[in-house]
Amino acid sequence: MPENKSTSDAAQRGPVPTPGQTIGPFYHFALPYEGGEHLVPPGSPGSVQLHGHVLDGHGVGLQDAMLEIWQADESGRVVQQVGSLTRDPATFTGFGRTSTWRDGGYSFTTVAPGATDGGGAPFIAVAVFARGLLNRLFTRVYLPAEPEALAADPFLSSLDEDRRVTLVATREAADSYRFDVHLQGEGETVFLQFARHEI
Amino acid sequence: MSEVVMEEHEGRQCAPEPQQQITAEIEDLHRQDERAGLHRTQSRLDFAPYRSSVLRHPTKAPAHADPEGVELFSPVFGTRDVDPLEADLTIQRGGEPIGERIRISGRILDGDGHPVRGQLVEIWQANAAGRYIHKRDQHPAPIDPHFTGAGRTITGEDGGYAFLTIKPGPYPWGNHRNAWRPAHVHFSLFGREFTQRMITQMYFPGDPLFALDPIYQSVTDPQARDRLVATYHHDLSEHEYLLGYHWDIVLTGAHATRMELEGDHA
Repeated sequence: MPENKSTSDAAQRGPVPTPGQTIGPFYHFALPYEGGEHLVPPGSPGSVQLHGHVLDGHGVGLQDAMLEIWQADESGRVVQQVGSLTRDPATFTGFGRTSTWRDGGYSFTTVAPGATDGGGAPFIAVAVFARGLLNRLFTRVYLPAEPEALAADPFLSSLDEDRRVTLVATREAADSYRFDVHLQGEGETVFLQFARHEI
Repeated sequence: MSEVVMEEHEGRQCAPEPQQQITAEIEDLHRQDERAGLHRTQSRLDFAPYRSSVLRHPTKAPAHADPEGVELFSPVFGTRDVDPLEADLTIQRGGEPIGERIRISGRILDGDGHPVRGQLVEIWQANAAGRYIHKRDQHPAPIDPHFTGAGRTITGEDGGYAFLTIKPGPYPWGNHRNAWRPAHVHFSLFGREFTQRMITQMYFPGDPLFALDPIYQSVTDPQARDRLVATYHHDLSEHEYLLGYHWDIVLTGAHATRMELEGDHA
């Protein structure tokens, strides 16, 4: 057998990663958990709604997508605390998980993240899973709060304008941001490929 | 059989195709990657024989990004989040579930070979008859009142995990005519960084359905596909009690350079 010629294998210094596979249609009884979508209690001071739809190439909402978000707190601190699965309302862990509704909609209650040390414009990291999606996808939600900061961000400025907008949430009210995930087609969301990743 | 596992055919209104057509499409795509000299380590996102992927895979090239901020850290889970009993799927409903009792154990490593310690592992699966506890599973196989099929655990110091469960059955689904999924257990994994987050499926050795399954075959490289298959280890089996399967999982490589990684090779 010849040596692997995969694009990613050249960068592998250790064992070869196991393939990811689709989450499938039947994860609902296992992964989503009570309160997973509330990183902070709804209605608490400073809380915001991050909501939207996960859509396929025909613009139809996915009823079987799961989203995870992972973010810094309002001051830009990355929290390293247990309790994401069994929440204590007083402790912000920075992690949230929710499954889409029948129309593809979702909503998280969280806080606007601050800028982290050494990072660019503040963002919420997102992992997308769905039936029909053969591996997870990573993306970022940037909040539209500071236009100058967005323009100065090295990653965002590396993207074409029409692609960049897919990563910036729309402010619908002081405490409500909309972010749609388009897996395919018009307005297809920018998904990320990190170094040492194949996809 | 009236209704099998629901699986819509988005974008396709035609009658369900026969297995031969799906198999031919799988072989075409495998040849395509082989001719291109591509040994992908991951599933192809654009893999039409899995019909549900047609409208759900990105068509634009992903943007290269350097992980920053939170992406260089992972959420932290611990004993507060997970009860040790959740790793035993055979005791959740107050009676013995039906089927082959098995233990699946192994280690979670990152792409540098470091053990992933103290991290969350979640699994879910069908019962021995191939039926999920899920309202959308309409496969007319029996529900087992003593089996839910969901488990969680936190990895040990060596990255080790173990689940006591029942071997899941294969089940029919709506991808094409007479479509059957090989028996599998879904695994959800976190690493040291959010960039290492992954969900996958573990299969059992020697399954006759492998060649027919477009999800398993979406990993076009045979060596990569083998990494999804557990091995049977007789030493892990227990006398008159259970059969032992072993499966190690390798996440992608980390990006953060951290002091604690020094001397981490276990």
